[in-house]
Amino acid sequence: MTSSRDKGLSRIADILAKHPANRGSLIPVLQDIQQDFGYLSEEAVAELERRMGISANEIYGVATFYTQFRFSPPGEHTILSCQGTACHVRGGRQILTELEQRLGVTAGRTTADGKFDLERVACIGCCALAPVVAVDGKVHAQVTAKKIPSIISRYAGEGNFS
Amino acid sequence: MKLTIDDKQVTAKPAQTVLQVAQANGIDIPNLCYDPRLAPSGSCRLCLVEIEGQRALQPSCVFEAAEGLVVRTNTDEIRQIRKTILELLFSEHKARCTTCDENGKCDLQSYAYEYQLDEASLGAGRGAEPAPNYTTGNLALEYDPNKCIRCARCVRICDEVQMAHALTFKNRAAETEVATAFDIPLNDSTCVLCGQCISTCPTGALYDRSAKGLCQAKDMVRTRTTCVYCGVGCQIDLNVNPKTNRIVRVTSEVGCIPNDGNLCVKGRFGMDFVGHPERLTTPLIKRNGSFEKASWDEAIEVIAGKFKKIKSETGPDSIAGLSSAKCTNEDNYVFQKFIRAGIGTNNVDHCARLCHASTVAGLARAFGSGAMTNSIDEFRNARCIFVIGSNTPEAHPVIALSLKEAVVKHGAELIVADPREIDLVPYAKLHLQQRPGTDVALINAMMNVIIEEGLTDKDFIAERTEDFEKATEAIKEMTPEKAEKITGVRAEAIRQAARIYATAETASIVFSMGITQHTTGTDNVLSLANLAMITGNVGRESAGVNPLRGQNNVQGACDLGALPNVYPGYQQVEAPDIHAKFEKAWDRKLSARNGLTVVEIFHAIEAGFIRALYLMGENPALSDPNLSRTRKALEEVEFLVSQDVFLTESGQYADVVLPAFCFAEKDGTFTNTERRVQRVRRTVNPPGQARDDWEIVCDIATAFGYRMHYENASQIMDEIASVSPIYGGISFERIETVGLQWPCANKDHPGTKYLHKGEFKRGKGKFHPVRFKEPAELPNKEFPFVLSTGRLLYQYHTGTLTRKVPAIHQVCPTGYVEIHVQDAEKHGIGDGDSVEVSTPRGKVTTKARVGTMVARGWLFMPFHFAEGPANMLTNDALDPIAKIPEFKACAANIRPI
Repeated sequence: MTSSRDKGLSRIADILAKHPANRGSLIPVLQDIQQDFGYLSEEAVAELERRMGISANEIYGVATFYTQFRFSPPGEHTILSCQGTACHVRGGRQILTELEQRLGVTAGRTTADGKFDLERVACIGCCALAPVVAVDGKVHAQVTAKKIPSIISRYAGEGNFS
Repeated sequence: MKLTIDDKQVTAKPAQTVLQVAQANGIDIPNLCYDPRLAPSGSCRLCLVEIEGQRALQPSCVFEAAEGLVVRTNTDEIRQIRKTILELLFSEHKARCTTCDENGKCDLQSYAYEYQLDEASLGAGRGAEPAPNYTTGNLALEYDPNKCIRCARCVRICDEVQMAHALTFKNRAAETEVATAFDIPLNDSTCVLCGQCISTCPTGALYDRSAKGLCQAKDMVRTRTTCVYCGVGCQIDLNVNPKTNRIVRVTSEVGCIPNDGNLCVKGRFGMDFVGHPERLTTPLIKRNGSFEKASWDEAIEVIAGKFKKIKSETGPDSIAGLSSAKCTNEDNYVFQKFIRAGIGTNNVDHCARLCHASTVAGLARAFGSGAMTNSIDEFRNARCIFVIGSNTPEAHPVIALSLKEAVVKHGAELIVADPREIDLVPYAKLHLQQRPGTDVALINAMMNVIIEEGLTDKDFIAERTEDFEKATEAIKEMTPEKAEKITGVRAEAIRQAARIYATAETASIVFSMGITQHTTGTDNVLSLANLAMITGNVGRESAGVNPLRGQNNVQGACDLGALPNVYPGYQQVEAPDIHAKFEKAWDRKLSARNGLTVVEIFHAIEAGFIRALYLMGENPALSDPNLSRTRKALEEVEFLVSQDVFLTESGQYADVVLPAFCFAEKDGTFTNTERRVQRVRRTVNPPGQARDDWEIVCDIATAFGYRMHYENASQIMDEIASVSPIYGGISFERIETVGLQWPCANKDHPGTKYLHKGEFKRGKGKFHPVRFKEPAELPNKEFPFVLSTGRLLYQYHTGTLTRKVPAIHQVCPTGYVEIHVQDAEKHGIGDGDSVEVSTPRGKVTTKARVGTMVARGWLFMPFHFAEGPANMLTNDALDPIAKIPEFKACAANIRPI
């Protein structure tokens, strides 16, 4: 019988086996771990410390330098609020504020119940539809602050966000 | 190498940077991210200089000096750039000097003045409370991101010097902040609370929490003295607020000997005991079972009278004195002189009996001198370090820094032999986890391999030693395979260790209580001496045998004759010419017979031979083995005097209690583990009517009928120098700035860095045949475990000092017993459970700490805690030569309760 912890550790071993065993591999290894686990956990970093000989403080320092890494499990749904030029001039900022207020988190964080990640992005490449919000890859076009509660509730299940 | 800096011709040493050359020649170049203890990072850009032939300005902290360089450090262009850099720094530094503790000693502040920054560029101060961060709630230190200039010195010192790897920078650009990994609270991280980060911070961003608001740096009076905790002898600066007569914080100067500005948690934060409200302030006399305040005259009269009465009734040998390794050399000298010349007995000993008596006995027999052969700074350059029975990172934290540095920075090979998985193990090439009490088998087996494989130093053995042949039989018997059966260490690992040790160009042995506190303690030490001699690893720089002494002045207390068989300077009591010399010097008839040792004194009380006991700064009611027996003796003894800074566990039993100065109130000297005699300086006023230990002893002696009087501690040192040849050249004047290492024969002698160069103190190094013997008490059916005891980083001895310091006490406030996870499972014990540990001598209730620190079948308990005293359990069986008790191995049982 193997625990989920042991399974996790063996997945990390598999990831490490794919990369050259040197300090230079740290970032690609972290990327692979995030890809696999969804985030960088304390346990994963402790395991890397042990196997790569790079101390946890240093790994954390490197990882926090880049915005691509996260240190808590991702939410079930990812909401991207576009702040690109086209969205910005059509009220993207108000939409983000509305999302933050409704979800009770600031951009870059996960809601307490683990349902939603809220991210601000620069442009998702569909400026004709501005302002847009994308949830799990599905683009919602010409969003207004008023439409936010219904978009959220579509993904929230029983939760009440309006 | 010659170069020109600011039109001045200067000479550089190899590998020096331009900044270092400039500083060495009195040319100041501003810098904020530079600390000589760290690899230069060149990140603050304040030290930019103009170097002819270079296209741009260069950071002088990383630019290596070279022949013919022409450097300018202070042109208008450079000054303008520095001013801009400072302005940028101030855009992040959002605090005001007026309310900052560091005001007056802050580098950023002084550069702001030097470069005359505009008031407008200093930015706006934020509120006093820093935003929550990794230090929030920590009792030792506080980080204020608003004052932080992101120089990374704290992060680097934690990585490079302390190697605790607790800190990092998180995020980037304007959001960069110092943090622990995952922002966990500091006490949950790998931090050891050394406070090195505070010591290197160029602003007030990192600061002692308990010092906040108590005095600004500009108003503080700093006095250099020697730390009162372990035997490393770190030089510390006590920072006192002169208005309140209170020690506010402790700092240490980079570059000072022996600690180079480094300190551990106890030295940095552990001074709260000094002005503590529980300090004794007046003499106490016990009447009808309770203490009553008394005058000095009254107390001294009672003591002198009682001593006189007992001496006249049953002779001087019915009185004994325990001196103290916490007190100064001067106190110890005066104390033993009173016992020997005043009372007329050699019944004087101190707690060295419980720590390094076997070292003194063993190394004196083998080499002629029972002290560390080398200096602390020589560890850095040893090629092999063999640490056996020393938990250096916990017991001698600042020496552990040199050991780690030797491994990490200079590629030394470290071998750790210890039953526990101590914090040095990750740095070690090999960890030999021997069963407690089997050191002789292990060391003999290493020598077996060395002889077998022809790795001995034949010339050294032939020219410098004697009796090698007598020792070989026992060695040849102990093959690695046989040793594997006894010690539990694989034969192959023993072979590897032997090869590494024997083939290293310089190999240094480090040992401590794990070797000495056994009934075979002297044997253990002798076999280590054999190992060093067989490979020629003694009498050279970085090669030797190095016992790390435990107490701040245990070396000095031994040196000054607080031992029953030697006068000051290890001069034998029973040698007629020496005896005659001291009778003349002290103008009294002296006893020609060796006195009793610590444990023997307690046994003699039991037997009725000793009727009076004088304790100066000792707490046997917690420190000695088999406590119920010791405490019974303290209760039974007819007359007990306790002279101390607090009313200790032992003091409770006393008839008279005398309040003494603590180290911060004294002038005098301590001798550290590397034989360095260093100054102790009065820093604060003593509490109430407390007095200096030596003064109290002199008054008792005089009232007793032996007149003793000194003007000051310096005068006592002069008398010490006159009777003790190893201290012959030592005087307060000579050690004003840097301590001297004995032997120091006369006023022109420079002191001795390492011993036995060319010739051993006793002439030839002497091999002793040593055969393995089991500990006095082995596990059996009823008591199936082996119990060991020891020290923690976060506490000190009987806790009298450290348990009064919240910053220290937060980490490990109470005792515990370590047990292996499989044993714990078998006995139904979970981590943190209450358990009862028992031995044939007693029972103690404590908490279990389940893990892999100890191997299966073994238990370990720290001995600091009065509420779960490990010494209720320990065995008072003695080493036959050194009379040291076996604290490190006894049979025990454990059960959940």
